[in-house]
Amino acid sequence: MSGVSIWSISLVAVFALVMTGLYGLLILRNLIKIVVSLQIFAKGTILIMVVAGGMQGQPGVGSSLAITVIVADTVVTVIALALAIQVRRYCGTLDSRAISSLKR
Amino acid sequence: MAIQALVLASMLLCAVQAIRSERLLVSALWLAGCSALLGVALALLGAPEVGVIELSVGAGLVTVIFVFAISIAGEEPAAYRSVVPRSLAWVLMTLFFLLLVLLVVPRLVAPALAPQSQSVVRAVWEMRALDTLLQVTLIFCGVLGSLGLLAEPRAAVSAVKGGAP
Repeated sequence: MSGVSIWSISLVAVFALVMTGLYGLLILRNLIKIVVSLQIFAKGTILIMVVAGGMQGQPGVGSSLAITVIVADTVVTVIALALAIQVRRYCGTLDSRAISSLKR
Repeated sequence: MAIQALVLASMLLCAVQAIRSERLLVSALWLAGCSALLGVALALLGAPEVGVIELSVGAGLVTVIFVFAISIAGEEPAAYRSVVPRSLAWVLMTLFFLLLVLLVVPRLVAPALAPQSQSVVRAVWEMRALDTLLQVTLIFCGVLGSLGLLAEPRAAVSAVKGGAP
């Protein structure tokens, strides 16, 4: 295992996390589960910011970008959950297909 | 390095379970575990500041908001049939994976730029001051958006107003 560095292990984990999140986004229909998938996707992004910063010798820039991603992702989650609750209130379900019934 | 691999593998297990579990609350708790393990992994990678923020925001705040939202919306079985056929989903994922590897890996293994050892504080407040300002605006938008979690339907509000003497 001498040729395997801590960075390459993390890179593999990034790919696996992003693919897991993408699979959830494609397959799931429950709005709250979609937000969970988006969170997993964003966690892969956070990890790759730090990994890229470390691999390129600029950990400060990578970390500051990762903090930006965390903040933006949290705000997106809050607003998406608020929207999901409003959809549940108006349509009576969390199914993403029900959103099309809001069209007028 | 073995510890890092163990932490990352457990994080992936938590992520897969968060997608797979049928109940929403269980899913949110697996996601919290994933966040906590990501915080540990980031600290092991030499970015403890990001790890601490991920631990407090990702595993703390976001989990609280998730549990709050699920308790308002009510538990609902997540077992809807997916709109996208599974075979198409796997094809799309393969394409995405190939694109990701093609775009990301060559840039990461390219010769590194001139190493700069500035601190995170300097990167945040001096190099990316405008971004930080935008982040503050974004947080404010998030606070306003979270009011949507608590907002009552208009009929209920007017009923309460009418009922009060």
